[in-house]
Amino acid sequence: MNKKYLKWIFIIGLLILALIVVIGVALTTGELQISIFDVWNILQKGQGSIEYTIIHDIRLPRILLGLAVGGALSVSGVILQAIYRNPLVEPYTLGISGGASLGIAIVFVFGLHLSLGALILPFAGFTGALLSMILVYYLAIKQGKIKIQHMLLIGLMISFIASSALMLLMSISSTENLHGIIFWIMGSLDEPNRTLINLNLGVSVFGLVATCFFVQPLNALRLGEEKARHLGINTETAIRTLFLIASLLAGVSVAVAGVIGFVGLIIPHLMRLWVGSDYRILILSSYISGSIFIILSDAVARTIILPNELPIGVITGIIGGSIFVVVLSRSSKKII
Amino acid sequence: MMKKEMLDIKNFSCGYASKFNIENISFCIPQGSFAGIIGPNGSGKTTLFRGITNELSPLSGIIKVNGHDIRKLRYKERAQRIAVVSQNFEAVNMNVEDYLLLGRIPYQRRLQFFESKKDIEIVNKYMSLTKVDCLKNKLMTEMSGGEQQLANIARALTQEPDLLLLDEPTSQLDISHQVQVLNLIQRLNQQLGLTVLMNIHDLNLAGEYCDYLIMLDSGKIHTQGTPEKVLTYKNIEEVYDTVVVTETNPISKKPVIFLVSEQVLKQNKSSGN
Repeated sequence: MNKKYLKWIFIIGLLILALIVVIGVALTTGELQISIFDVWNILQKGQGSIEYTIIHDIRLPRILLGLAVGGALSVSGVILQAIYRNPLVEPYTLGISGGASLGIAIVFVFGLHLSLGALILPFAGFTGALLSMILVYYLAIKQGKIKIQHMLLIGLMISFIASSALMLLMSISSTENLHGIIFWIMGSLDEPNRTLINLNLGVSVFGLVATCFFVQPLNALRLGEEKARHLGINTETAIRTLFLIASLLAGVSVAVAGVIGFVGLIIPHLMRLWVGSDYRILILSSYISGSIFIILSDAVARTIILPNELPIGVITGIIGGSIFVVVLSRSSKKII
Repeated sequence: MMKKEMLDIKNFSCGYASKFNIENISFCIPQGSFAGIIGPNGSGKTTLFRGITNELSPLSGIIKVNGHDIRKLRYKERAQRIAVVSQNFEAVNMNVEDYLLLGRIPYQRRLQFFESKKDIEIVNKYMSLTKVDCLKNKLMTEMSGGEQQLANIARALTQEPDLLLLDEPTSQLDISHQVQVLNLIQRLNQQLGLTVLMNIHDLNLAGEYCDYLIMLDSGKIHTQGTPEKVLTYKNIEEVYDTVVVTETNPISKKPVIFLVSEQVLKQNKSSGN
C-alpha cells in the first residue's frame, strides 16, 4: 500500500486511541474520582448510586456534547478556511457567534425564556447564527455569483454590528439578565436536555459525512476558484453547499454549547502542520482532534478550581491559544 | 487528408458585464496545431481564453472543442477536453506528485478517496515526459519559477486533454527557462499530436514556435495565418503602434522582430536615411 495512506491510517489510529484515553480521563476525574476499572461495573449494575448518576447523567452527556461540538467546530473551520483561502477565518469571525449571541440576548432581555421555556435559548441561538450566515451569503452575491472576498468583509462587518447590538442590549438589561447572557456567551457543555445533545451529535456526524463528499472540490480549491473549475469542479455549487454545512455545524454547536472560541481556528491549523493540507486526511483528523480538545478542556475547566467550574471558553482560549502560538512560531511550514 | 478541427470558434463575442471585450471572433485550429494568440495589452487575449474555458459566458457565437459545444459539456467532461496552464500561479504547499494527481480529478468518481493504479501510471508518465520526476517529492513552494511551470504543464497533461491552453507560459521566466518550456511544449505537440493554443506577448517566441498565429487588436481579429503572414512590420506597426524591423532567422527561417528606440529613429530621420 502507498506509504502516504499507511501514514494516514496510523494518524487516525493514534487519534482514536487518544480520544479513548481522553474520554476515560473525563469520565473518571472530577470532584468525585472514580477508578476507570469501575466505570463499566457502575454503568451496568450501579443504577441509583451517586457514581452512576455522576457518570451517566453528568459526565457522559458532557463528553458526548464535547465530541459533537469539538468535531463540528473544527470541521466548520476547515471548510471556511478552504473556501476563503484565508488562515484567519473561523466560524466566529464570520458573524455566527455575533448572530447567535444577539439571539440569546434578545431572549433574555424580553424574558422569553421565562414564558416559553429554556428550549427557546438554543433555538434563538441557532436562529441568530443562521440569520447572520444567510445575510452574509446573500449580500455577497453579485451578478448571480458569490464574491468570496466580499463575503469575508461582510461577515466581519455583520460580526461587528451584532456585537455592538449585543453590547447595547447588555447595557440596558437588568443585572439578573446580564448574568444569564454572560454565562451563555462564555460557553459550557453543561446541557441537561438529552434531546439537544443527541440532535447535536446527529448534526455533527451528518456534517462530517457530508463534508467527505466534497473532498475533491476542497482539494482543488487549494489552487483557487478558477483553477478548480479548470479541474472539472462546479465551484459555485460546491462553495454554496459547503458554506451551508459549515453554518449548520457551527450554528447548532453555538446554539447548544454557547460561544467556545478558537477551536475552529486552532485545530485545523495544528492538523495542517501535522498531517498536511490534503483534505482526505485533514477533515477526519480535525474532527477527532477537535473532539479531544474540547473534552479535555471541559475536564480541565471542571476540575482546575474545584469545587467551582471555569467556563470552557477560558480554557480553550488560554491553553489552546498558547499551544497554538508556540507551535506556530516554531514551525517553518506554510500552513495554507 | 484534411485534419480534424480541434477548436472551432464561430462569431464569438464575450466580455465583462454585458460590455463587448471581444467581438465576432472566428477561427479554427486543426488537430495537432501549435497556435498562438498575440496582440497588445487589452486586445482581448485573456478574455478569449476565458471564453474558451467557459469562465465567461458568450454574448453570441459558439465554441466547439473536438466537435462538442463547450457550454453543453459538464464540468468534468470539459476538464477532460481542455486543460489550462494559467498565467498567475501561486505555489501551493503540496509536493509535485500530489499536485499532478489533482489533474486526475476529472476522471475520478465523486467519492473516490484514493487514486487508481491508472491515475498513478499516468502521473508517472507525464512526470518523466516533462522531466519533473526527479522533483516528485519536492514541495511546490520550494521550487524555482521554471520548475513550477514545468509541473504546471505536467499537471495539465495528466488531464489528458484534447486541447492545451497556455496563458503566457513564459512571462515570468528567464530566456533559458522560456526556451526550455517552449521546447517541451513543441515536443509534446509533435510527439503526442497534442493541440496547443498559447497566449504570448513575445512575438519572437511566437514566430519561432507557433505554426499558426491569430493577431488580436481591440477585441477583433486583425490577421491570422502562418507566422510569416502575420508577423510583418506593417501588421505589427498597425496593431502595436510601434516601429519595428522584421527579418528572417537565418537558421530557423522564421520571422524575427527588432525594436528601434525613439532616439535612433530620430537620428535616422535627421541623417536622411
